[in-house]
Amino acid sequence: MEKIPILKMGRFLLVTIQVDMHDRLAMTLQEDLTDRIVKDNARGVLIDISSLEIVDSFIGRILGSIASMSRMLDAETVVVGMQPAVAITMVELGLSLAGVRTALNVEKAMEILHSLAPAGEEATIHDTQT
Amino acid sequence: MILKHESVEIRSSDDVVKVRQRTRGLAVAGGFSLVDQTKIVTAASELARNVAVYGGSGTATLSLVSENTRTGLRLVFEDRGPGIADIEVALKDGYSTGAGLGLGLGGARRLMNDFEITSAPGKGTKVSVTRWK
Repeated sequence: MEKIPILKMGRFLLVTIQVDMHDRLAMTLQEDLTDRIVKDNARGVLIDISSLEIVDSFIGRILGSIASMSRMLDAETVVVGMQPAVAITMVELGLSLAGVRTALNVEKAMEILHSLAPAGEEATIHDTQT
Repeated sequence: MILKHESVEIRSSDDVVKVRQRTRGLAVAGGFSLVDQTKIVTAASELARNVAVYGGSGTATLSLVSENTRTGLRLVFEDRGPGIADIEVALKDGYSTGAGLGLGLGGARRLMNDFEITSAPGKGTKVSVTRWK
C-alpha cells in the first residue's frame, strides 16, 4: 500500500507530503505518525505541505488531529510551507487550523521545534534510561 | 455555451482525487488565476467527497462554459443517495450527519459564485456550482 515516508531527524520526525493526498493515505499517515512518535521517542513533528495544492476540510481535520494527538504524546507539530492560495482558500472555506503551529519554511519550523523541546530535556531522559 | 466538458464517476473516496485533478485541468485551460483555481478545486473536493460519503456513488460533470463575454467553470454533482431532508440545516457550518467538520456544503458555496442545490429524501442530491472569471 502507498505510504507517506516519515524521516527521523534527531529528536524530530519529518514528513513531506508530495502526492495529491487521498483520504485513506491521510488516515494512514495519522496512524503511522502517532506510532513513530512513541517508538522513536520523538519530541516534534514537522509536516511539509509546500507541494499540496489544496487543503480541504478533510485534510485540514487530519492536520488538526495529528497536532492534538502529538501533543498528548508530548510532541509538538509544525506545519510548514503552506502556499498563499491555499491559505486564502482555507479561510474562505471556514478552516482556521486552530491549534496547529505553522511556519513559512523548514528552517523556521526547526527553530520553533528546538525552542519548544530544548535539547537539554532529552539529555536528562537519556541519563535516567542508562 | 459549453466550451469543454468532462464527467467523472464517483464510487469511493479515491475518486475525489480524480475529480480534483480533472477540475484543475479545466481551471487551467480556462485561464483562471491560481487563487481561483485553488478555490474551485477545493470546492470540487468537498462536493465530490459528499457524493462518496453521503450519496454512496454518483457523477461529477465538469464544464467550462461561456455566457455573453464571461467564462465560467461549472461543476455539477449528482448522487442517488438518501437525499437531504432539510437543506437549510445542511448548509449551516458545523452541521454534519457524518464524521466531517460540516464545512463541505457551506464552504463550497462560499468558494464559488453560483450555488444551487436540489434534494429530497429518497431522491438523491444534485449540487451545481459555478465560478466566473
